[in-house]
Amino acid sequence: MSLLQIEKMTHYFGGLRAVHNYELAIEPGQVRGLIGPNGAGKTTIFNLITGIYQPTEGKILLDGTELNGRSPHVIASLGIGRTFQNMLLWRHMTVLEHVKMARYSKLTYGLAGAFFGTARRHQQEAESEQIAFRLLKMLGVEQFADQIVLNLSYGAQRRVEMARALAMEPKVLFLDEPTAGMNPEELLQMMDIIRQIHGELGMAIFLIEHRMRVVMELCQKIQTLVFGEVIAEGTPEEIQNNPKVIDAYLGKEIVE
Amino acid sequence: MEATSDKLSIDRRQLLSGLRVAASRVPLLAWFLGALAAVTLEQFVGNPLAWGIGLPKVPVLFGFVIMLKKPLLIPSIALYIMLIYLLPVAVVARLSTAAMNRLAAKLLDYKMFLSVILHLLLFYAVLHIWAEMSDYRVLVLKLMLIAVMLTLSLNIINGYMGEFSCSHPGFMALGAYGASVFTVWLFTDDRLFGAALLPPAMGPFFFPIALLIGGLVAAVGALAVAIPSFRTRGDYLAIISLAFMFIVKSLIENLEVVGGPRGLGSQPDWANLPVVFATTVICIWIINNFVRSTMGKALNAVRDNEMAADAMTVDTRKTKILAFLFGAFWAGVAGGLFAHVLRYVNPGTFGIQKLAELLAMVYFGGLNSVYGSIVGACGISLLGEALRPLELYKWIIIPLLLILVMIFRPTGLIAFKEFDVKKLIQPKKMAD
Ligand SMILES: Nc1ncnc2c1ncn2[C@@H]1O[C@H](COP(=O)(O)OP(=O)(O)O)[C@@H](O)[C@H]1O
Ligand SMILES: [Mg+2]
Repeated sequence: MSLLQIEKMTHYFGGLRAVHNYELAIEPGQVRGLIGPNGAGKTTIFNLITGIYQPTEGKILLDGTELNGRSPHVIASLGIGRTFQNMLLWRHMTVLEHVKMARYSKLTYGLAGAFFGTARRHQQEAESEQIAFRLLKMLGVEQFADQIVLNLSYGAQRRVEMARALAMEPKVLFLDEPTAGMNPEELLQMMDIIRQIHGELGMAIFLIEHRMRVVMELCQKIQTLVFGEVIAEGTPEEIQNNPKVIDAYLGKEIVE
Repeated sequence: MEATSDKLSIDRRQLLSGLRVAASRVPLLAWFLGALAAVTLEQFVGNPLAWGIGLPKVPVLFGFVIMLKKPLLIPSIALYIMLIYLLPVAVVARLSTAAMNRLAAKLLDYKMFLSVILHLLLFYAVLHIWAEMSDYRVLVLKLMLIAVMLTLSLNIINGYMGEFSCSHPGFMALGAYGASVFTVWLFTDDRLFGAALLPPAMGPFFFPIALLIGGLVAAVGALAVAIPSFRTRGDYLAIISLAFMFIVKSLIENLEVVGGPRGLGSQPDWANLPVVFATTVICIWIINNFVRSTMGKALNAVRDNEMAADAMTVDTRKTKILAFLFGAFWAGVAGGLFAHVLRYVNPGTFGIQKLAELLAMVYFGGLNSVYGSIVGACGISLLGEALRPLELYKWIIIPLLLILVMIFRPTGLIAFKEFDVKKLIQPKKMAD
């Protein structure tokens, strides 16, 4: 049994078939890529797995636990951390508060701790602060800890969002176009960061990318999605040389 | 000519910034000591001084009321304020700064809890002595403290959580009637419930229970708003909560057991100043603890982006319902106190005007901020009392002020500021 396994997942938005018979099996520690042109249904697949949408058909299993029908926060606390394509941050909160918030489901001090500030609360809050600082340092943004997140540069915000997802200690980390809107230099840095977190923390990573080069370098196995269907799956070399992929995708859009 | 006026303005600016620097070195303890000196001075020389400078009596609320009624007395009022309040506070605060800084540092090193208690005692002493001059001051102070509780609890919902709830007067009514029925039924001889069931002497010990009951009744009522409102995403809360407020009001009007529209009176006289003060302090302490915990900050996450909150393991629905009930609980406790301060309530009190007043306090003071709620509640309460002689015009001036605040500071005077007790009571930096 794989860590994350998806069987014959299909989803309709009204009459539009956004995802069709999607299958996936991620092993622990694996780095997987999902590529495809705009509107292919990549983000929809993330949203289906994380419980934002319910699939019309199909089964999703994480470590043997069925995820279908569970609410997003439960799925998240079962071990799926994610970032969003358009970065969803909390505009009035500081960087440190962002990262600490992702420890929410791990807090056990309850209402007594929240209302009366028990010793247990202070201990748990201190512990999650420590974890948060470690992650912020790892991503090179610890100097912004007390700043409101909106005051940060775009690249730094992306890192904060990633640190936040890591604070959940996920079994699989979902990254939705983490290099979107970045210049070549920032792109290289982001790739280094992804390599580094995979090296140090070792969780499985599921990566949506637009730019071929990123997935080719980072991923062990890649799927190509077109109009909601997987047209090819394999190692970077296999994908690069697959005539269907070249026809549908590589030849036209991205020659970077 | 120009040069001199320039020089003058520079001098004045230097003086002002000098004053600000001097004030920033004064610890809270020294300010309280100064205030204590001022109110004690008023006890002894307030009356003769007022008489001597041609005032009819001691200006009861810093003279605002008299100023509006008889503008000719403004210089005398200014003199009174100067001599009784400003001068003693400034002098004593200045003289005691060094000693108080040392004391504050020592206390904080030893035990923060002790320092907090000392501050609270001193602060209470100031309020108590100030209020002793007249019953009116006592009443204004009690209502002001209750307003702080109401504003802060509404801020949890409308500020920290970013929803728009209109049901606070309803929760207050539930708390007021819940607590009153308990105390009137058990401890007083009255025409609605007959003779007292327990000896009144036991009463004061039961008062906290009465307030707790008031809070719980309000929280149960809040469930009726929360469950339908937070079921799905979308903005139903404003409408459902407004409906709730009217339903509670007409429900009480039609309940003859609690007096219907005539109201419910003869509550025992247990809500004295120390009780109201202590309840307010506990309320601020618990709410501040909550909003500073990660569990409380989950409210901000839900407000700023619910999808992200969900994805980061926050149980958004539970968080919202819980915070809503929590806010309602404190509104209920405040309602219970309110009923026992006035010792009479009727359903008419808990209508749209109360709602407007509370919303004004929250949005004027500042969203997402304990400081803001304290400032908003005290500011609007005092303003309301001060402008009382203007009668109807009061309801033009206060909304106008609100509009100005909304234009220049859309989130209120002191929004998004953490209330850090340690920072408040710590010693201030001395001159290098
Ligand atoms: N909530 C929604 N309702 C209706 N259609 C949607 C919704 N979300 C996405 N779609 C449609 O589904 C298709 C796939 O979108 P998406 O998953 O965002 O693509 P990608 O991430 O691959 O660019 C697009 O045609 C898009 O318009
Ligand atoms: Mg997308």
